[in-house]
Amino acid sequence: MKMMSMGAMVALSMGSSSCTPAQVEEFLQKRFREMTGAEKKEVIRRLEETYFRKYGKKFGISTQPAESGVLWGYGLDLSRCIGCRRCVYACVKENNQSRVNPQLQWIRVIRLKKGSLINLENAEHYYNPETVPEPGFMYMPVQCQHCENPPCVRVCPVQATWKEPDGIVVVDYNWCIGCRYCIAACPYKGRVFNWSEPNIPAEELNTDVHYLGNRPRMKNVVEKCTFCVQRVRNGRYPACVEACPTGTRKFGNLLDPSSEIRYLIENKRVFRLKEDLNTEPKFYYFFSA
Amino acid sequence: MKIISLCLFAIIAFGVPAFAAHHDEYPVSTPPLSPGIFPCSNCHAGMEVNAKRRELKDEHTNIKLHHAENERWCLDCHNPANRDKLKLANGDTIQFTESYLLCGQCHGNIYRDWKVGIHGKRVGYFKGGKRVYFLCVNCHNPHDPKFKPLKPEPPPTRPERTYGR
Repeated sequence: MKMMSMGAMVALSMGSSSCTPAQVEEFLQKRFREMTGAEKKEVIRRLEETYFRKYGKKFGISTQPAESGVLWGYGLDLSRCIGCRRCVYACVKENNQSRVNPQLQWIRVIRLKKGSLINLENAEHYYNPETVPEPGFMYMPVQCQHCENPPCVRVCPVQATWKEPDGIVVVDYNWCIGCRYCIAACPYKGRVFNWSEPNIPAEELNTDVHYLGNRPRMKNVVEKCTFCVQRVRNGRYPACVEACPTGTRKFGNLLDPSSEIRYLIENKRVFRLKEDLNTEPKFYYFFSA
Repeated sequence: MKIISLCLFAIIAFGVPAFAAHHDEYPVSTPPLSPGIFPCSNCHAGMEVNAKRRELKDEHTNIKLHHAENERWCLDCHNPANRDKLKLANGDTIQFTESYLLCGQCHGNIYRDWKVGIHGKRVGYFKGGKRVYFLCVNCHNPHDPKFKPLKPEPPPTRPERTYGR
């Protein structure tokens, strides 16, 4: 039945409008979570073809699922962050974010005055001194906190965003309708929106992508930090962890008692942002000095 | 009684040297030695050891010690007898790849944090055998460890500049 209706749509569209078969298939695509293995393969094949036509590069799109017994957690050492923003740009490169018009950055580093800790009213996001760190200030990077109880997932009217079994909150870019309700709901401003068609220089494209992660997005969809799902599901550290020059960022499996993240939660002064909102974020800020 | 004395003998004979020589090992990255400088014995094998504390004039003049320079000098950490190794305070010699043991002698709390990953940087894979821990010296210059301020990457463009008014 579905095949017949699809065939009819294709025939109609070929006759009347300028939609290619690939565009029709994209429009009729199911939600990622409901797809069977064969349907996923078909979608991946179509996407790889589309990307090749658009960018001239061969992409390797993975749909690697979450492992069991894993819950990813992130630690950030506020006594070591110097606000150099190397993490922001490493993330932009790794995750194929639009560079200009719109300029999308998943990590936001805010500068706070020392002594009035976590007074976010006076946070400065556009600081641009000659050198960092500036005396008297501390720096706090913020990104999607991958909450255990995410408000963004609750408000999505089409359920295009959900929390995976390993704790990562992901977006199915082909299902998102661009209403931006999730951006309004997020208390941490972790999400950004593609207001226009993304612009990525072709030579800086990262072709090792994941369907739910860093594959090139299109106009009108929401995107955010995915804990580098294409890296962590293979056991590699996220790009921001590897880019930080002062070793501020820590990443690991919260369910593994011997991981760095467990040690720091048990032994250091740890807090999470906006805990009173009961979102249960997995981003643990701590002080080691 | 005989058994106890035998056990004690065994512990003293075999245990003490073993305890003294055992050092923790970690999957560290390569030390960032200047190209061509290692192995040091290429030059130092035939040289006389001058243990007098002084400022070096002939070679290694680019190294300015700024790390407890009033209390120590070069041969307090570098092994005078064999320059391919470093020297701990108890006289043990260690490889350059084990330099964290040397730093850990004074910076014990940092060493404790580094062992579990709280201090310092780890890259690569956190699962499987491909972990790489950065050595202390991969980030901190041992002769002048304090970090210099960096130039930050540019801030994001303000939205009003992109989208016009």
